[in-house]
Amino acid sequence: MEICSSAEHLELRDLDPFLAELLRQIPESTKPEGVEAAERRLYSAPADSSEKEICAEWKLYVEPELRRLFQTAMETVNDDLAQLNGKAKPFANCTLRVPKAHGEAWLNTLNQARLVIATKFNFTDGELCDHYRSPIGSRRDLSLFQVNFYGFLQECILHEIEGTT
Amino acid sequence: MEVAPVIEFTANKFLVTSGPVDNPVIEREAETAQQVDLPWQVVVHNDPVNLMTYVTMVFQKVFGFTREKAEKHMMEVHQLGRSIVWSGLRERAELYVQQLHGYLLLATIERTG
Repeated sequence: MEICSSAEHLELRDLDPFLAELLRQIPESTKPEGVEAAERRLYSAPADSSEKEICAEWKLYVEPELRRLFQTAMETVNDDLAQLNGKAKPFANCTLRVPKAHGEAWLNTLNQARLVIATKFNFTDGELCDHYRSPIGSRRDLSLFQVNFYGFLQECILHEIEGTT
Repeated sequence: MEVAPVIEFTANKFLVTSGPVDNPVIEREAETAQQVDLPWQVVVHNDPVNLMTYVTMVFQKVFGFTREKAEKHMMEVHQLGRSIVWSGLRERAELYVQQLHGYLLLATIERTG
């Protein structure tokens, strides 16, 4: 995989089918799917539970706004990822062009996905710092690789955003 | 003898008292808007998943911190587990926490003291 930057886009070139599949899985990975801890991490409490009024108001007014924000960001990413669908040669390497204007949506969605996966698998600090583990071993290893790959993409996008501001 | 209540305003609170001993003394403290609003702080908590560069960027965007100040708070979160990034009125503190949650940071508002 090669990452290139033009005035308008960030291009992920020469994506092999494995990395392309991990990218396709980003939107699905943002869903807590009934894992309460993951849901709680995405929509964490704004204050200590003793602050009942603040927490109740938050649930009523703020949380729906956050859900809309996260959903909108995810849909933007999903639309960009449509480039990876319907390839004539399914096992050929491909390119994904991310508009720089979508950078914030990508950062947000990648973060949602990383938090949900990390919470579902309850990764330790040590595991999260292990960038050299092979993704082949187990579903857990694959998910750890996914978290780190998405983190790497976040770093690239951040670098681009900072370079343009 | 009926005596009009004396209302004193002292450091953020009203003291309402009646005068002479004929009437029972009623002493009451009423919370002022200032008391309700003043002492709140925004605290960001450590999270092993959020990238350090990302947290720094969020602090710069939300609070307008310089890169150095944002990095200082980020390191405080990383090393001490939490950092007080802002303090002031409750309404504003809630707004900041909402923005931080929009970036998926773990943030809460707390009463100071």
